[in-house]
Amino acid sequence: MKYKLGTLAVAAVMAASPVLADLVFPSLSYRTGPYAAGGIQFADGYADYFTLLNERDGGIGGEKIQVPECETAYNTEKGVECYESLKDSGGLVYQPLSTGITYQLIPKMTADDIPLLTSGLGRTSAKNGNVFSHIFNFPANYWDGASVAIKYLLDENGGDLKGKKVSLVYHNSAYGKEPIRTLQELSKKHGFDLTEVPVDHPGQEQKSQWLQIRREKPDYVIMYGWGVMNQVAIQEAINIRFPMENFIGIWWSGSENDVLSAGEGADGYKALTFHNVGSNFPLYDDLKKYVVDAGKASGAGDQVGSVIYNRGIYAAMLAAESAKTAQEIHGVSNITPSQMRDGMENLSMTEEKMVALGMPNFGPEFQVSCENHGGNGLVAVTQWDAKAKEWSLITDFIESDQEVIQALVDEDSQAYASENNIAPACK
Amino acid sequence: MFYREAGDFNTTYAEDQQTFPIKFDRYRYYLVMFIAIVVVPFVINDYWVNSLLLPFLIYSIAALGLNILVGYCGQVSLGTGGFMAVGAYSCYKFMTGVDIWWGGELLFRLPEFNIFFSVIMGGVMTAIVGALFGLPSLRIKGFYLAVATLAAQFFLVWLFNRVAWFYNYSASGQISAPERGFLGVLITGPSTAPWAAYLFCLFFTIICAYAARNMTRGAAGRKWMAIRDMDIAAEIIGVNPLRAKLTAFAVSSFFIGISGALFFAVYLGAVEVGEAFGITKSFLVLFMVIIGGLGSIFGSFAGAAFLVLLPVALKVVGVDFLGWPTDIVAHLQLVIVGALIILFLIVEPHGIAQLWRLAKEKLRLWPFPH
Repeated sequence: MKYKLGTLAVAAVMAASPVLADLVFPSLSYRTGPYAAGGIQFADGYADYFTLLNERDGGIGGEKIQVPECETAYNTEKGVECYESLKDSGGLVYQPLSTGITYQLIPKMTADDIPLLTSGLGRTSAKNGNVFSHIFNFPANYWDGASVAIKYLLDENGGDLKGKKVSLVYHNSAYGKEPIRTLQELSKKHGFDLTEVPVDHPGQEQKSQWLQIRREKPDYVIMYGWGVMNQVAIQEAINIRFPMENFIGIWWSGSENDVLSAGEGADGYKALTFHNVGSNFPLYDDLKKYVVDAGKASGAGDQVGSVIYNRGIYAAMLAAESAKTAQEIHGVSNITPSQMRDGMENLSMTEEKMVALGMPNFGPEFQVSCENHGGNGLVAVTQWDAKAKEWSLITDFIESDQEVIQALVDEDSQAYASENNIAPACK
Repeated sequence: MFYREAGDFNTTYAEDQQTFPIKFDRYRYYLVMFIAIVVVPFVINDYWVNSLLLPFLIYSIAALGLNILVGYCGQVSLGTGGFMAVGAYSCYKFMTGVDIWWGGELLFRLPEFNIFFSVIMGGVMTAIVGALFGLPSLRIKGFYLAVATLAAQFFLVWLFNRVAWFYNYSASGQISAPERGFLGVLITGPSTAPWAAYLFCLFFTIICAYAARNMTRGAAGRKWMAIRDMDIAAEIIGVNPLRAKLTAFAVSSFFIGISGALFFAVYLGAVEVGEAFGITKSFLVLFMVIIGGLGSIFGSFAGAAFLVLLPVALKVVGVDFLGWPTDIVAHLQLVIVGALIILFLIVEPHGIAQLWRLAKEKLRLWPFPH
């Protein structure tokens, strides 16, 4: 049986390989499992943007785009299987939307000379392009998020957080543990007390954690959650009457999925974001015309304009712009993954560019370089309005505390470099 | 025509007692080994190794280990995921040099072990931990023992999540395998050649299967089976239950530790304990053993192949051939695998191994069944 299935698999991989002349942007999506609520929205946004480019512009630089999808269910083993099965299709850049899968892919993709883009997730110290030559995490990372959350709280408190208590409720995984070190440094710098409250996967049961918060009465709660954990946490916070405006989630804890089920009680809940929210952009008119009304939308087509859908659009836009940059640098339209990497490394996002794309003020301005693969760390705060049922930006894009973060990035990436004998990639 | 003894004469006791006494069966076995060792390494690529062969080999080792405990000794265990984690984390600590701290100071650091010995140490440490968690089996049986091993599962995962020493204080709590080689050939890390990773795992699989087969038909295995079939009777005829149960736990955990170490170091390269070694892993391996066939070496392989290859095959057929949406295929996959498990348990409660046995019986009579 083994051999028969194997032959079948190989034949299928060959049959499924797209025509090599196209630009391929594989989508490692998860439309099933405990994290599907966010995964579906992201995958739809990612696919719809590329469909729009195909329908409206005929692809990128005259090259049609393909978006082969592979279901990972947020599971690392399936993620590896997906990566291997899509590798032969010539995918230009992978965006797995999972920190666990990212950790698997970092060494593999560097060896295979394919770039990996993990906007707002993955390994934070990949910002150091000197060590992580093929990994990009612009425009913002987990540590930027933690830092901006604290900066925002500093603003709220007139620049002083001394003696305040901050609790971090986090998904007990590589993802959730990321901000701990940054927050510890920041708590030393600004003099607030930090307590860490882990929640185990998938986070459907959080009674004891919120009992602890109720007992300790922190002034603020920061949450690094994903999937069903967010809804439960927000409901539990309402149950212990924790003031919603003092509750800040990271960008993975700030979508409609997380707050809608809690109803009126979630009003005032805040979340960070590294891109704009809502569908009030010229781009969405084109999306409606060329994709949604034409019946070419990915999935059910009902997610347009939700926060994580926008993130999928944004991720696809960054990939497309990088591909354009790569085409300009190398003077060919049919780029290879290696050339795509150069394009990402020279990507420059400006307001003019975003206005031209029909996405004014959609994300922060940033410039990628060989040393800095992570952008400038600009993050904004959004707030949920339960009556209008919409998120809105309540701050501009704020720059994170680069002094603290850069030191941590250098330390962590150097440790990785010495562990794996990596020579600096930049001259 | 097939599987006949006719014309196959044994003249020594050794020949009479070999694993495959029938010539046809023996040659089939040689052929499979020949293809696996000599032919396959030349024809495989990354996709084959990382998506099909490595998980199949590694889960086979885990299933062999659990089969010794559940199938041969009759001690139900739900701690497989936790024990695999012990193997993975020990392997990681030994391959990066075990550091011993006392009172906040580094006492000494062991030199880094070669990857081969790190994997072995993963097995050894797991055997010790497994024997420890096997101690309650002397007092409790059946479902109650399953609950005790379930506690081991949760405790071990919690421990590796909680104590930063196990993951060398990395920021994310992940362990990732640095590049290591054996006899000058890279085994771990991203630049590993597919054949090297495959042969490394195949070597452990063959050794484990060989050891398991010979242990289970020797004195140790007979004691385990006596305990499984009726422990009081076994005790009366002179089997020491303490030694029998603890050796079963230790040997089983050794295998599971090896598979955990390979799972982390060679297959995935980086793991996070809660995600990779959670309770679902325990159930997955238990299903492999049950579907494959309790108390059967072949069954362990068949069960691993069934649960590793079937989802991939369904995905390939659904997404790549038929072009269905990925989420529908993923849901169908759950439905079909689940339905097949139920079907198997109804139609053949003794698993694929029993089907294989029946097929062999039929083949012996073919083409003139009486």
